[in-house]
Amino acid sequence: MSPRSDRPGSDRPGSDRPESGRAPIDGPAGPDGETSDDAQSKRDAAAELHRPSDHVDSAVDDSGADGADAGGTDGISAPKLGPIGWLRFAWRQLTSMRTALFLLLFLAIAAVPGSLVPQRSSDPNGVSQYLDEHPDLFPIIDAVQGFDVYSSVWFTAIYLLLFISLIGCVLPRTKHHWQAMRAKPPRTPARLERMQGLRRRTLAGDDVEQALAAGERVLKSKRYRVVRYGDSLSAERGYLRETGNLIFHGSLVGILVAVAIGGSFGYNGNRVVVTGESFVNYIGGYDSFTRGRLVTDDTLSPYRLRLDDLQVTYEQDNANAIGAPLDYTASVTVQEPNSTQTSKKQIKVNEPLRVNGTNVYLLGNGYAPHLTIRDPDGTVVFSGSVPFLPQNAQLFSTGIIKVPDGLSEQVGIIGLLYPTKTTLDSGALASSFPDLDDPLLTLSVYTGDLGLDQGIPKSVYQLDTTDLTLQAGRNAPEPAPELTPGATVDLPNGLGTVTLDSIDRFASLEIHDDPTQAWVLAFAILVLAGLAASLFVPRRRLWLKVRRGSDGELSVEYAGLARGDDPRLDEAVQEFADRHSEQLGGAAQTGRAGDGETKPIR
Amino acid sequence: MLDQYSTLFLYSAMGVYAIAFIAFTLDLSRRSAGVTARAATVQSGAERIAAARGTRVTRSAAAGSAGTTTLERPESYGPSSSDPIAPDSAGASTPLRPGKEGVSLRVGVALSILGFVLHLAADVLRGIAAARVPWANMYEFSMTGTLIIMGIFLVAVIRKDLRFLGAVITGLVLILLGISTVGFRVDVVPLPPALQSYWLVIHVMVAILATGFFTLSFALSVVQLLQARREGLGSSARAVKLRLLASVPASESLERSAYRVAIVGFILWTFTLMAGAIWAEHAWGRYWGWDTKEVWTFVIWVIYAAYIHARATRGWRGSHSAWLAIIGYSAVLFNFGVVNVFFKGLHAYSGL
Ligand code: HEM
Repeated sequence: MSPRSDRPGSDRPGSDRPESGRAPIDGPAGPDGETSDDAQSKRDAAAELHRPSDHVDSAVDDSGADGADAGGTDGISAPKLGPIGWLRFAWRQLTSMRTALFLLLFLAIAAVPGSLVPQRSSDPNGVSQYLDEHPDLFPIIDAVQGFDVYSSVWFTAIYLLLFISLIGCVLPRTKHHWQAMRAKPPRTPARLERMQGLRRRTLAGDDVEQALAAGERVLKSKRYRVVRYGDSLSAERGYLRETGNLIFHGSLVGILVAVAIGGSFGYNGNRVVVTGESFVNYIGGYDSFTRGRLVTDDTLSPYRLRLDDLQVTYEQDNANAIGAPLDYTASVTVQEPNSTQTSKKQIKVNEPLRVNGTNVYLLGNGYAPHLTIRDPDGTVVFSGSVPFLPQNAQLFSTGIIKVPDGLSEQVGIIGLLYPTKTTLDSGALASSFPDLDDPLLTLSVYTGDLGLDQGIPKSVYQLDTTDLTLQAGRNAPEPAPELTPGATVDLPNGLGTVTLDSIDRFASLEIHDDPTQAWVLAFAILVLAGLAASLFVPRRRLWLKVRRGSDGELSVEYAGLARGDDPRLDEAVQEFADRHSEQLGGAAQTGRAGDGETKPIR
Repeated sequence: MLDQYSTLFLYSAMGVYAIAFIAFTLDLSRRSAGVTARAATVQSGAERIAAARGTRVTRSAAAGSAGTTTLERPESYGPSSSDPIAPDSAGASTPLRPGKEGVSLRVGVALSILGFVLHLAADVLRGIAAARVPWANMYEFSMTGTLIIMGIFLVAVIRKDLRFLGAVITGLVLILLGISTVGFRVDVVPLPPALQSYWLVIHVMVAILATGFFTLSFALSVVQLLQARREGLGSSARAVKLRLLASVPASESLERSAYRVAIVGFILWTFTLMAGAIWAEHAWGRYWGWDTKEVWTFVIWVIYAAYIHARATRGWRGSHSAWLAIIGYSAVLFNFGVVNVFFKGLHAYSGL
């Protein structure tokens, strides 16, 4: 075998991609007999990573339209392009690294306002409050969709462009990677000095074949893909890095699509249920309901859910946290549609109940006094549980009772509930503990026009007092009626009586149906796995070159090349060299590139 | 009772960190003095490396015997012999001769370890006092978070000589601990039902870990920017300006370290975001609702994704991407310090 010729000048010095230069091969052609430079360069191209042209690892290519997006000044040459050229130019711009980078930064900036201004989607009360507090600013912010940032035109435009860019970037890379996975590692470069971590060793023995076979064994055991070119080995590993990157980006698209589909086919609704009452899952059964565009009335499966009990425990001992809730447990009975079978279940705050493809969450709770109002003759004109809205941590709560018919006048009542009553120094009533240790209900009674006849929907939690007259309560002709459970008191002006039968609890239940939730989770797991592979699997090449020395010894060169971030490349070359010499029965002499062949290193 | 001991340990840890900070600062000033003395005669390690980094054909002195002309590529990622952060490096360690010059540095490291042990004791005692993981309100996040920052720094120091970051890290930890003991300190209270979940252990722990890595990456990026400025100066100006950086690795090497630490933080943050979504689905009935805290978690994630992209974009690696790392870390601090305290949202767990 002829000694290696260095053929100076045959590889382009100064190119920053020595491995893509048509490096002359060492010795005869590979076993497949492929010698044509063309076929080889095709193969080498397939082994390269496909990257947008402004990626740091892409060669700067000044030829033709390809270079159009390599730098800002290249736009000057653009007018020469035809329409197709323009389209290609625009597409390349959109799918360049720089565009992706800017779109990511825009996305980050665009997301911020939604945390500064209340959003209709997550905080509708905050939005109405904002209108009260900043009446001048409100219309301006509203005009630019500042209260709906995440569904706004501009936010949507940014992420859609980003995802188009992403798809445009990932598709060609996927195709390319598919080919690269089936291609062979490229030829061994003529001069390994230009690679990284070069080591030279002189080994005992003179069997080139044996040395190459040993090299192949070592590399294969490290899961490298190995090809022999003449008296050299070319090996590559870490294709998973690119696979992971593609899975990562692709799964981001997957999440977006799954979320969009889920939004069209899913629904969610809210319902306040007092203990002992039931809820049926149909649209009319909800207090509030939102559904995706493609949800019909029959989508809902009409199961029945009865709230048997709501158990709440409060902190009693820790002086820093008296009254802090420790646990909420709702006991429910579920009856599946078209079935008489029932089953008993529990719902807790972090443990939703899964029924018939929907999830039932326990999101809120409070008291619902059960009141009965009779006219002076004793006829019942109102009877029912009225959910009161909690106002503070000690569950001081307020509620509204409207009696439009049956009494001599329309009556509106505002009730104040103190679960454990206490009198403040000022003489005002307050609640000192959220449990019903010593409950008291006081009423402010109004008469007049409740405004219910005009057909305008009114909230059951609000009483519009503009057309009403206060008859009993603070600063009223008569003092506020006070009730403890079981008590009955007279309403003012001989209107009738009111009885507090009991004080029950209510649960605020949220029901969700999101048919693509599992898909979102699956894609999220892929995102994470892809990311881990893409960031931590090293993609690298290793080479081994053997030469028979004049004195019956083998001179071997080892070198590597990182494809992307690879902190351990040098170690990998070292380990490869060590294991290879070990396999061949130990090194006669070792040396590191440039140290001269006799000077041992490390 | 136990909680009082915890506080006591925490104050002791802060005292020890303060002395460590002084020791590290002394070391830095000694570095600049030492460098000045040699500047006239010896080209500093960092300069040599900076020179070797450029794409140019160099005939290195060591390679002279073999007569090989080697091409140094700017994007050679494997630690080469000129990688100053590698333990066998010539750059970072030479300016500090063992003996009296290294004393304050070693004192700084030793005190950091002692402070860490006291800090750990404080954290564990708090956990025992509360009978749960010690990261359920802002005071506890800060205490555990700074503990993790110190821990990651100390582990990193075993692997690479990052001791020059000691002053930045102990300084930052001291400030954070100071703010949280004064501003966020609360007594032990039971967990609200929404926090009673194993996701509190997983989600928050991983978030704290991610923050620790981001902190280290931030510190490296800051030093990198200073170093890059110094490298940009002419060599005569370099001798006077920012002298203490002469004993610190070259900006490119700092950049690579910052990146490697940041990607660990990024993957942990990705997990934090996803675990948070799963928990939100359990507790609030939806996995994503653009709650203020969710918005900021997302913003941070996107900024770091942009940082990773910037590093892969021609013309952006280096100072540009370092700025993104710093912006990303500012968002982390903002998310913790400002969003928790002043913004309205479902994540009302600051305990304040
Ligand atoms: C939703 C938008 C995007 C996000 C969140 C994102 C995120 C990321 C992250 C985290 C990485 C580093 C991990 C890895 O290597 O897989 C990465 C790498 C990469 N991304 Fe993206 N990306 C997005 C869009 C894009 C787009 C539009 C392009 C094409 C222009 C692109 C091209 C790349 C490339 C080429 C890499 C590899 C960088 C390298 O060589 O180190 N990405 N991306």
